[in-house]
Amino acid sequence: MEFAELIKTPRADNVVLHRPFHPAVEGTLCLTGHHLIFSSRRQDNAEELWLLHSDIDSIEKRFVGSLGTIVIKCKDLRIIQLDIPGMEECLNIASSIEALSTLDSVTLMYPFFYRPMFEVLEDGWSSFLLEQEFELLSSVTNEWRLSCVNKEFSVCPSYPSVVIVPKCIDDEALRKVALFRHGGRFPVLSYYHKKNGMAMMRSSQPLTGTNGRRCKEDEKLINATLRSGRRGFVIDTRPLNVAQQARAKGGGFEQEVHYPQWRRIHKYIERFNILQESFIKLVEACNDQSHNMDRWLSKLEASNWLTHIKELLTAACLAAQCIDREGASVLVHGSEGTDSTLQVTSLAQIILDPRCRTIRGFEALIVREWLQAGHPFQQRCAQSAYSNSKQKWEAPVFLLFLECVWQIHRQFPCSFEFNEQFLIMLFEHAYASQFGTFLGNNENERAKLKLPQKTMSLWSWVNRPEELIRFQNPLYEANSLVIWPSVAPQSLQLWEGVFLRWNRPSRFLEEAEEERMNIIKYNKELQAKVNALRRQLAEMETDEEAQEE
Amino acid sequence: MEHIRMPKVENVKLLDRLSSRRAVVGTLYLTATHVIFVENGSETRKETWVLHSQISSIEKQAITATGCPLLIRCKNFQVIQLVIPQERDCHDVYISLIRLARPVKYEELYCFSFNPKLDKEEREQGWKLVDLNEEYSRMGVPNNYWQISDVNRDYGVCDSYPTEVYVPKSATAHIIVGSSKFRSRRRFPALSYYCKGNNASICRSSQPLSGFSARCLEDEQMLQAIRKANPGSDFIYVVDTRPKLNAMANRAAGKGYENEDNYSNIKFQFIGIENIHVMRNSLQKMLEVCELKSPSMSDFLWGLENSGWLKHIKAIMDAGIFIAKAVAEEGVSVLVHCSDGWDRTAQVCSVASLLLDPYYRTMKGFMVLIEKDWVSFGHKFNHRYGNLDGDPKEISPVIDQFIECVWQLMEQFPCAFEFNERFLIHIQHHIYSCQFGNFLCNSQKERRELKIKERTYSLWDHLWKNRADYLNPLYRSDHSQTQGTLHPQIAPCNFLYKFWSGMYNRFEKGLHPRQSVTDYLMAVKEETQQLEEELEVLQERLANLQKSQSGDNKVKSKQQDRSKQIGLYTSNNSLANTPQEYSNDLKSFPSRSPSQGDEEDSALILTQDNLKSSDPDLSANSDQESGVEDLSCRSPSGGGCLPSEDSGKDSDEAVFLAG
Repeated sequence: MEFAELIKTPRADNVVLHRPFHPAVEGTLCLTGHHLIFSSRRQDNAEELWLLHSDIDSIEKRFVGSLGTIVIKCKDLRIIQLDIPGMEECLNIASSIEALSTLDSVTLMYPFFYRPMFEVLEDGWSSFLLEQEFELLSSVTNEWRLSCVNKEFSVCPSYPSVVIVPKCIDDEALRKVALFRHGGRFPVLSYYHKKNGMAMMRSSQPLTGTNGRRCKEDEKLINATLRSGRRGFVIDTRPLNVAQQARAKGGGFEQEVHYPQWRRIHKYIERFNILQESFIKLVEACNDQSHNMDRWLSKLEASNWLTHIKELLTAACLAAQCIDREGASVLVHGSEGTDSTLQVTSLAQIILDPRCRTIRGFEALIVREWLQAGHPFQQRCAQSAYSNSKQKWEAPVFLLFLECVWQIHRQFPCSFEFNEQFLIMLFEHAYASQFGTFLGNNENERAKLKLPQKTMSLWSWVNRPEELIRFQNPLYEANSLVIWPSVAPQSLQLWEGVFLRWNRPSRFLEEAEEERMNIIKYNKELQAKVNALRRQLAEMETDEEAQEE
Repeated sequence: MEHIRMPKVENVKLLDRLSSRRAVVGTLYLTATHVIFVENGSETRKETWVLHSQISSIEKQAITATGCPLLIRCKNFQVIQLVIPQERDCHDVYISLIRLARPVKYEELYCFSFNPKLDKEEREQGWKLVDLNEEYSRMGVPNNYWQISDVNRDYGVCDSYPTEVYVPKSATAHIIVGSSKFRSRRRFPALSYYCKGNNASICRSSQPLSGFSARCLEDEQMLQAIRKANPGSDFIYVVDTRPKLNAMANRAAGKGYENEDNYSNIKFQFIGIENIHVMRNSLQKMLEVCELKSPSMSDFLWGLENSGWLKHIKAIMDAGIFIAKAVAEEGVSVLVHCSDGWDRTAQVCSVASLLLDPYYRTMKGFMVLIEKDWVSFGHKFNHRYGNLDGDPKEISPVIDQFIECVWQLMEQFPCAFEFNERFLIHIQHHIYSCQFGNFLCNSQKERRELKIKERTYSLWDHLWKNRADYLNPLYRSDHSQTQGTLHPQIAPCNFLYKFWSGMYNRFEKGLHPRQSVTDYLMAVKEETQQLEEELEVLQERLANLQKSQSGDNKVKSKQQDRSKQIGLYTSNNSLANTPQEYSNDLKSFPSRSPSQGDEEDSALILTQDNLKSSDPDLSANSDQESGVEDLSCRSPSGGGCLPSEDSGKDSDEAVFLAG
């Protein structure tokens, strides 16, 4: 397909761009296959705005006489308005944007066309391989092995080709377990707690059904993570009644009789359309320009967004506490094991593992626990809060995770190597990107699409020194301890950086950030100077002493 | 001392609100000034000190198997839950505290016995730190338009006003006295802030006694005079900070508001801030939300909304923003009043001044601001903050709200204030503590009669001496954000009013961020300063050495260097709470680079509760959570929702599912 067919009016002049907190600008609007480009060439105020069509969540058009207005609402929650003279031009442009922002074929997406203007120092597609992760693990324990049972994605279509499982369980047993678990997602290692050798596993629900089917291999697999005489915890992210109802549809939960060494805890985490609705309501509240305080608080409350944050953080703290405090192994699952399960396992690692609080470690966590673990990004992040499509598989699962990380970050501002901008950048790229990283729903699809060959990895770009510098937290001080966040309502706040990002004047906060950087930078410069001088002096003094002798 | 029935009780339990497992046993002491709880246990012997004047309520609860619970709520938002084994002891403690917490004479207050070991001269110097005459001349008055009036010399016109008041030059004594007779409590219009740049001013007064039709020529002339003192503008705003309905109701009592028909060239404006009773109830409701044991997010947000607290804060801020805008942008003078002109008027005038003038955003300027708009103009500290036993209906968190407005502004303009959050919290603390004489009584007249300055010490001096603790590391006097008028946004989604857990859950450290950016940056800045000094010494040494290599005076120079070096390092060593203490190697500064962090030592956990030793009363509350290990138990909002050490083994699932 030629994009040109979709673009009837590729260019319009005398367009006026309106954005909150910016004066209106007049300029030229151009449409290309993947971008909407607005450029103003006024001498005092030359600027360009590039917007990916895939970043557009919804558009509205209205007319006053022959002046058309298009309101564009983006997936990153920004809202801009374009005044376009000429009814026909405006209609053409609106319909082109509509068509271009809702292309249904992945291979037409921008990542397949994007040619980077930078030199690739390290190919992000091979930066975070599970084999490397396993090597690290092998240096502290030999109880685990790398299995290629899923090499052809035939045992579990949403798992990667290699997984880490207990050493004593062979591939044959894994195949049997896969048949006993929803979507074939048999329990695999998610995290190994070096401090006490406890493991966190994740899976999907067991297919016990109404007649209480059991699977000896499944029991053996998860028991293999237990020390003799110790109990483990199953954290089920559904309420008990939902788990019970799941049996009617062939699903279920681990029953005490067959898993006597395991205690099951139901920790409800909201999912799918409820989350999406909550997201939509919150964004609506944040765009309400009324001056009424009560209305704002009640809308914030009614959105339930912070309730989801609190529940999710509590579940993650619980998992971390079981591992670190109770010295117990943990298995986490919900139904499919691709959403709430991953939220819990990845947040628990942020709490427990200092490595996950570094930039590279966090990237590795996202690759391991989200991309390779088969979180269906393509489905979940197809639309954001402004879309009218209301597909039932859209949900801000990943955004919730990022916000929880932000909440912990806010409570431990010196314990993370990355800053808030890093989290916001990941949110943006999960929804619309020039990189192929978040395309597809699992490794299987990514392999079929040949993403590593045909598109650029986000990590290839982010990990270049000149980009990294923007994402570093100047206050970072490696903290090797477990960090326990407070989950009390008083301790949780709205993530203004995302939700009020386009609605608040950011200058003063940016200045504060700059000031923080300067304080640290100046200190480091002085340190370097003092150290250099010390060395110089020491050398001169020894020279002198040598001469004296 | 005669009020203490029971000076000491042993085996008292101090409960932790968030976790029943963290109760500690110790001894309770009652002294003439404090309640002191000393934890048993040989190592730390943690102490909790509470001043009697901080106690707002004491509640004896139903006896349980373990003893008799006693709940003490404090004005600085500390809540202490004790369990006393014997009912009789509990009763004695209760009766004693009831009396001790409600002194009847000023002389019983702590400031008359508090002795920071300063001599007379130092005390006098301390009181001179904040000088309002200096402040008015800084503003630029007296000048061609404004003069100081001695009409209230002996408090003859208005006993709640200061002796020295600034009024328009054209306002004669006759006009002032006439106007004062037409105003509640004779609080006539007087200058609060003068804007040098454009002659616009903020004046304050009480409501006029206009009833339904009364008018007063002198009062009309007075407002005329205020307008004339600003030649650039042909009208003034009169801002009534009450809700319109309240103001109208006052007319029936012969009070009310200015009739635009009677006053020439005024624009009249209501800005609805509720009265002290509404505010008291609102705070009460919000504190109930703070005290909920393990609230859900909805409980909390709903409770916060229902309390109306943030709505009231916003109303005060909006009024301040309106006035600042009138003065700075329109160049129009404003007369502000409410009913008596000592609560809402003080809030609004001081918020507006703070927005207008960067000076009030400095540490010294902020002290001056409180002295000017609150202390000197007769804000009734004694009644509002219940220092002496009195009418509970007079109590209201008026200045607390102003302090919160400042905090909300600090959140929006992080570089604009010279001081930090701790400064605000400590000021709030001392408004209630009665440890210093500044906020005693209801007016300047009463304070003079009590000879406060001869008999007590000034808080401002105390804060000023410890100013290093109160600095905002992001503040630079040459930063653009510190200049000129602040223009906050108005809509809640643009200016997010937040719940201030640092204040209202001040003593529940588990709820606060575990690492404080402010403290971290302060430590870095302190280290930077030392590095600067060392750099200088090293450069000098280098120069000397280079000289000596060409000459022969090396022995001498070396000795000189060493002595300097030692001096420097000892000073490093003695500095607490800087990154230095994480390294034993005093010869070299530990680098902050992450690569050097090795294991436990590197964990720089800076909690907000580094209660500074500068504050005797505050530091005594040694509720210092130190290691992260220790913190973890406090972190889950409710003790019940996460498994505890012992519950994990045998109890059933209900424990985990609670909440």
